[in-house]
Amino acid sequence: MDLSNRWLSDYVDLGDISPKEFAEAITMTGSKVESFEYEGAGIENVIVGKIISLEKHPDSDHLWICQVDVGENENIQIVTGAQNLKEGDVVPVAMHNSTVYGGHKITRGKLRGVESNGMLCSLGELGLTVHDFPYAIEDGIFVLGDDCDRTLGLDIHKAIGLDDLVTEFEITSNRADCLSVTGLAREAAATFNKELKIPVPKVTKTHGNVKDFLSVDIKEPTLCYRYAGAVVENVRIKPSPRWMRERLRASGVRPINNIVDITNYVMLEFGQPMHAFDLRYLDGNQVNVRKAKAGEKITTLDGIERDLTENMLVIADANKPVAVAGVMGGEYSGIMDDTTTIVFESAMFNGVSVRRTAKALGMRTESSSRYEKELDATGCLRSLTRALQLVEELDAGDIVDGVIDCDHSNKEPVTLPFKPEWVNNFIGIDLSADEQKAILEKIGFEVKDGMIISPSFRNDIEHQADISEEIARFYGYDKIPDRALSGVADGRYTPVQQLENKVSAVLTAQGVSEICTYTFISPKAYDKIRLEEKSPLRDSVVISNPLGEDTSIMRTTAVPSMLDILSRNYNNRNESASLFEIAVRFKSNGTEELPDEKQDVVIGMYGPDCTYFTLKGVIEELLFAAGVEKYDIERLVTCPFLHPGRAAELSVDGRTLGIMGEVHPAVLENYEIGTRCYIAQISMEALLEYGMKDKVYSPLPKFPAVTRDLAIVCDKSLPVLKLENEIAAAVGKILEDISLFDVYEGAQIEKGKKSVAFSLKLRSKEKTLTDEDADSAMKRAIKSLEKLGALLRQ
Amino acid sequence: MKEKLEAIRALAEKQLLETTSRQELEDLRVQILGKKGELTAILKQMGSLSPEERPIMGQKANEVRAFIEGRIAERQAELKAKESELRLANETIDVTLPGEKHPLGHKHPLSIVLDEVKDIFIGMGFQIATGPEVEWDYYNFEALNLPPDHPARDTQDTFYITEKMLLRTQTSPVQIRVMEKQQPPIRIIAPGRVYRSDAVDATHSPFFHQIEGLVVDEGITMGDLKGNLMQFAKRLYGEQTQIRLRPHHFPFTEPSCEMDVTCFKCGGKGCPMCKGEGWVEILGGGMVHPKVLKNGGIDPEKYSGYAFGVGLERLTMFRFNIDDMRLLYENDMRFLGQF
Repeated sequence: MDLSNRWLSDYVDLGDISPKEFAEAITMTGSKVESFEYEGAGIENVIVGKIISLEKHPDSDHLWICQVDVGENENIQIVTGAQNLKEGDVVPVAMHNSTVYGGHKITRGKLRGVESNGMLCSLGELGLTVHDFPYAIEDGIFVLGDDCDRTLGLDIHKAIGLDDLVTEFEITSNRADCLSVTGLAREAAATFNKELKIPVPKVTKTHGNVKDFLSVDIKEPTLCYRYAGAVVENVRIKPSPRWMRERLRASGVRPINNIVDITNYVMLEFGQPMHAFDLRYLDGNQVNVRKAKAGEKITTLDGIERDLTENMLVIADANKPVAVAGVMGGEYSGIMDDTTTIVFESAMFNGVSVRRTAKALGMRTESSSRYEKELDATGCLRSLTRALQLVEELDAGDIVDGVIDCDHSNKEPVTLPFKPEWVNNFIGIDLSADEQKAILEKIGFEVKDGMIISPSFRNDIEHQADISEEIARFYGYDKIPDRALSGVADGRYTPVQQLENKVSAVLTAQGVSEICTYTFISPKAYDKIRLEEKSPLRDSVVISNPLGEDTSIMRTTAVPSMLDILSRNYNNRNESASLFEIAVRFKSNGTEELPDEKQDVVIGMYGPDCTYFTLKGVIEELLFAAGVEKYDIERLVTCPFLHPGRAAELSVDGRTLGIMGEVHPAVLENYEIGTRCYIAQISMEALLEYGMKDKVYSPLPKFPAVTRDLAIVCDKSLPVLKLENEIAAAVGKILEDISLFDVYEGAQIEKGKKSVAFSLKLRSKEKTLTDEDADSAMKRAIKSLEKLGALLRQ
Repeated sequence: MKEKLEAIRALAEKQLLETTSRQELEDLRVQILGKKGELTAILKQMGSLSPEERPIMGQKANEVRAFIEGRIAERQAELKAKESELRLANETIDVTLPGEKHPLGHKHPLSIVLDEVKDIFIGMGFQIATGPEVEWDYYNFEALNLPPDHPARDTQDTFYITEKMLLRTQTSPVQIRVMEKQQPPIRIIAPGRVYRSDAVDATHSPFFHQIEGLVVDEGITMGDLKGNLMQFAKRLYGEQTQIRLRPHHFPFTEPSCEMDVTCFKCGGKGCPMCKGEGWVEILGGGMVHPKVLKNGGIDPEKYSGYAFGVGLERLTMFRFNIDDMRLLYENDMRFLGQF
């Protein structure tokens, strides 16, 4: 909402308050100022001048040399290319060292050898259009009319009224009443404790009887609470006077003609949308407020033909809809140059109905966006009378006596008990009943007999909490005393949050960086990671109104998101990347239940030194840190996006903990990644279940350890983990540590076999192990390994 | 004999000084004091002395031996120091050569700021609550006093799954979910992903993060809200930070406010960052609307509370001076590596 300061001062005299003070103070009472600016700010040193003489430029067939009187002793010479000037014209003169609209600087110079001491300005150079000065022309110099102050030398802002202060407000959706000059004037008056003067509009001269011209019938009183109409005959369509055009312009509304301008002016003044119909096109001189019939169409003022549905409220004459109620008029109902008799509409429609209709038709208008906030039906007649008063004032037509007022609105005001103590306790202040009463009264509330009566224009008051806000904002949020937190406190991280912190710490410590990705993906991602047609992972939660296919479903796995990021990094020529995300995934539960939202740690990496074992090492540290001590690793050949020879599944007690491996080459191709990538997905739920246990201290060893090496030869395909597990079982609890130090295939080893060498660290808690103890343990291990076909290397 | 002893002593003293290494010194020791050494050889001749001379010579020989041993020890210490000095000199390296790299991973900038916020609130006795991202219309809107067709719904362009199921547009539904499960005192923050159907540009994303706060207890006032937010702002931006609450409107709080903090770039003097205002808006909040408390199963006659919501992207972009929101989701290593 753009507020004209000049207009505001009609209703409240704020005295000498600077724009900044005004903006700050009214922001703090709840009407937020976004910005404020003087119109024509930036235009400098442009003054009123009069063309004394014009002569053709000797070296040009289109330039004119003008002598201009700018109220100084000597005339100045300016060369212009404009063709619309004659002697005696009064024009805006941009002097030497001036600035015109758009920040263009004007300085003295020579045009084809002739000195020019400035520039004569067009409307555009002042940031104006012909709507602002209808008698001027678009492509020529703006010749000031008699509605301007033509004192020579006068600053142009003042001369043409381009000097209003415009304050832009952000009005919240609960305060439709502040989408008007009078509404903001009320807030301003209350903010600065000034008197608010809103005159009651009156009409002095009327003729005839409105009933002979118009009949109104509201067929849907729940959707149209009130419809008031008045008629003006012998309409004299012409431009509005400068003061009205000026105020409309300052409010961001384009002046059109006097009748249209009046409807806009009243809307801005009181917040009541108004409409004017040409009576010629109202068949039967009827206004029927009804629902549209199936198949009905209307061409709206913007020239678009629109299909109406039975849910839409329309204004219809005897035969056809002439306006979409509260949204936009039909093209034939508008005001034309030959219009003679008009009907003014000041009506109140149901907000939800207007909102739905506007949305369905895809046209949110100034009118609909106001109606949808539920306006004040009480104000209908005042606005209608104000429009008529302006018709009279502008001599825009002859007013027919009376108004038609169909009123089904509820006039019962909202009342609440006056509870100053409750307000004090809620806000944390100590304000007397009288002080609270005074605040409420200055913004239109009535307080009497222990009750608060809410003004009709406030549709947002229904609870003591609402009253508290009114008190608090005029008392001053800044004056409410701060209170430090007190009472019982139990701040802590839950186990899940502790795990999240741990995962992040462990992975970053290992050089893995965190990413943040969109949780919605394209359904094509499932093809890119080669999921089978029937894969349950393809059953996603689908967004019914997505921005585009790329973000249209909620991911069932965060692997594609990781691959996207790896691909982006690869294609941005980052030599290596090592990334993780604690990522949410969604499993659909149909439409009657919310989906399951589970978290995975997804790790992805590539780089010159990166192998499957780089990834595995990272995961091993992660599992250790998370406290998952015993887990199985088995080859995984069935994962569609992993290399079947280089992938593994991690599990605990047969339940999957996660998967890891090299990304399948076909998937890499789909993601346009030209290097091997490694990816893992570990379930946070499983980590929490199997890890994150309290650690128990084991005493430091008292006896020395014995180290023995063991080299065996076995089938190439036998996993090392299996050998390790076998050794561990055979050696028993004296095995403190087992570490692999060599795997060898080739010369000296039979084809299809490999040599595997371990280092075993043996230690007893009870005694120093003897060589015999160690030898016997090794024998057990060797014997046991024979079951797997693994023999001691000779 | 006495003369011989004196000669050995004199010679030893001279030779000792000529030694340049501990090995040479050892060789010298053996040469003089060893089993076949010069001094030993003389002592072996003691037998030929008269019984009167023997103790005198014996004493003398011992004196010489003790003297030489003492000097050897001294010389040994000297040589050790010298050798050590030499070794250290030889071991000198260019201390400015680069260190071995063990690169750390980087936390995502959003996480860095979120963790800071979490720590601040944990420190103030808050817990961290979560809620679903695919949410019922009821929790996201209706229970928060935003009935169907409420005009404020337009400002939150919503992604729908079905007519009743949607992607939450705010973290506020967590308020209701927490209240349904827990009676006061409640003191939580609820960070999380939220979704709005905004096209992507430098300052908009259909996916972003909010941090919701909720405190409900007996006798909670707007003064508590102010005090708490003041504390938060000071911990996040430093002790010198001031806050300003401006009246605003949210359907689920009443009274509602927006909070500005003194611009962290200019300290409130006005700069391009704060558009010359000296204040930067960072959050919205207010007293929980009694209807919302009721919808959460909490008696508004007995309890009151406050709530607030912060945009994490906004905080993060301010913190690191990031001018394009898209960078946060592109996850380029060259970007991530900066944090």
